[in-house]
Amino acid sequence: MATIHPKLSDELSQTVVSSTKSVKIKIKRSNPNVNSEQKFDEFVVPIEKWTTVLDVLLDVKSHLDHSVGVRYSCRQASCGSCGMKINGKPGLACFTKISELDSDTVTVEPMDNYPVVRDLAVNMDRMINNHKKVMPYVIREDSEIDAESGIREFLQSPENVDKYIQFSSCIKCGLCNSACPTMAMDKTFVGPQALAQAYRYIADDRDKGKNKRLKVIDESHGIWRCHFAGSCSQVCPKGVDPAMGIQLLRGYLLGIRD
Amino acid sequence: MERETGAREGLKGWLNPSKIGKFGIERLAWLLMRLTGLGLLAYFIGHIYETSHILDGKAVWDKSLEMTQTTEGHLFLALVIGMCVFHTGNGIRLMIAQMGYGVGKAERPDYPYKPQSINMKGKACIYATLGMAALAMWYGMAVMFA
Amino acid sequence: MMVLRESIIMKIHYGTALGALFLTVIHIMMRLTQDFHESLEYENVIANYESVGYAILLELLLILISVHGFNGLRVILLEMNQGPTYEKLVTIGCLAGMAALIGYGSRTIIMTNMGML
Repeated sequence: MATIHPKLSDELSQTVVSSTKSVKIKIKRSNPNVNSEQKFDEFVVPIEKWTTVLDVLLDVKSHLDHSVGVRYSCRQASCGSCGMKINGKPGLACFTKISELDSDTVTVEPMDNYPVVRDLAVNMDRMINNHKKVMPYVIREDSEIDAESGIREFLQSPENVDKYIQFSSCIKCGLCNSACPTMAMDKTFVGPQALAQAYRYIADDRDKGKNKRLKVIDESHGIWRCHFAGSCSQVCPKGVDPAMGIQLLRGYLLGIRD
Repeated sequence: MERETGAREGLKGWLNPSKIGKFGIERLAWLLMRLTGLGLLAYFIGHIYETSHILDGKAVWDKSLEMTQTTEGHLFLALVIGMCVFHTGNGIRLMIAQMGYGVGKAERPDYPYKPQSINMKGKACIYATLGMAALAMWYGMAVMFA
Repeated sequence: MMVLRESIIMKIHYGTALGALFLTVIHIMMRLTQDFHESLEYENVIANYESVGYAILLELLLILISVHGFNGLRVILLEMNQGPTYEKLVTIGCLAGMAALIGYGSRTIIMTNMGML
């Protein structure tokens, strides 16, 4: 009887046998908990045209150096775990094919503007805290649970969904915060990720928490520290376009938008 | 806001030329806006000081004016003109964008995702502003060296 | 210390930018109504200052550019380092710089306008 899902070992052996090309990967290594030393380790790994940066890293971990520190989970650009600097630009390792980098050497480093945990894994607490600060949920006095009629829905037209759906694609990978020039210097800047999420909920017509959120972001290290360099939008792997959200969000504070 | 230690790129994140190569003309505009702003403020302070010499009589005024009447002085003023035009033009672009105009309309994104806020209109404005700054510098030099 | 909301400060920043742009254009055009070098001659500059309308324009320009410039400097400095003491120092320093520049420039404008040379 034919096997529908081949064994992992079969897949691996097929990959190795059919490879004709290879790539040199330079991985930035550091462990701040032990010492301040930083170095690049180089590995040569066989690749196919569909091989992603994450595939290469996992190949290194499996066969060459088990100690490489990398965070990953879904391998399909949905979980936002494998953000890193790839050839100098923030990207998702699972969403970046080696073939599209057009280079025989790929350099991977931890994302800028985050404390390094080890090697390529960074601490994202600050981003998550800022995300929470903008209250990323629908705020209302009433509830979807109705005492008399049971559960009801807050109805919304498809046109109103379109106003925010783009921003709800955020997977909290943190690439935008890593690319942002303000984040490079300002330790207390709320960041493009949280600002885009503030817009996502303010633009949602079911939400009534606009004033609360605007108060949070209208401070000296809030929305006005964005100067529209647009780097956040250029690296977003999900088409969220945080720069657009931030500029639209400013309209509320400038009195242009209700 | 709570503090976070370490892990910032620092000034390298602002000044590293490779950032412009990786993030495009918008990143250059961001950096130039900052540098021209600082340059213009420094010039303005110097200008206020220089013009205050009018109170000290014709001889002092003429002497202070001599500084800007040299080739280097004219080139410096041409640079100021260029900074002024760029800062103004880019500032107007930013003001319009920051009011939410010209940055696109929120909609369901389709793969391959192209950020609407980073569009040709914005890029054209930046190139036009750079061009206008260069033209203004050229015109300024033509007037000053005439 | 009364603290303005950042959105109010930025509205002032935009407003002063537009105002300064308009007045700077007039200021530069005045240099071009005659030969550039001639326009900077002592007598011509004094004549400019002695015109009340032009003196008001210069005073407004001085205020608008000082407010805009020092707020811009404040923004850059706030992004370069953080901390309550540093931020307070930056704000006070920029306000003091702004006031000093306006004061110093106003002295030139007022004294020249009133012929106190």
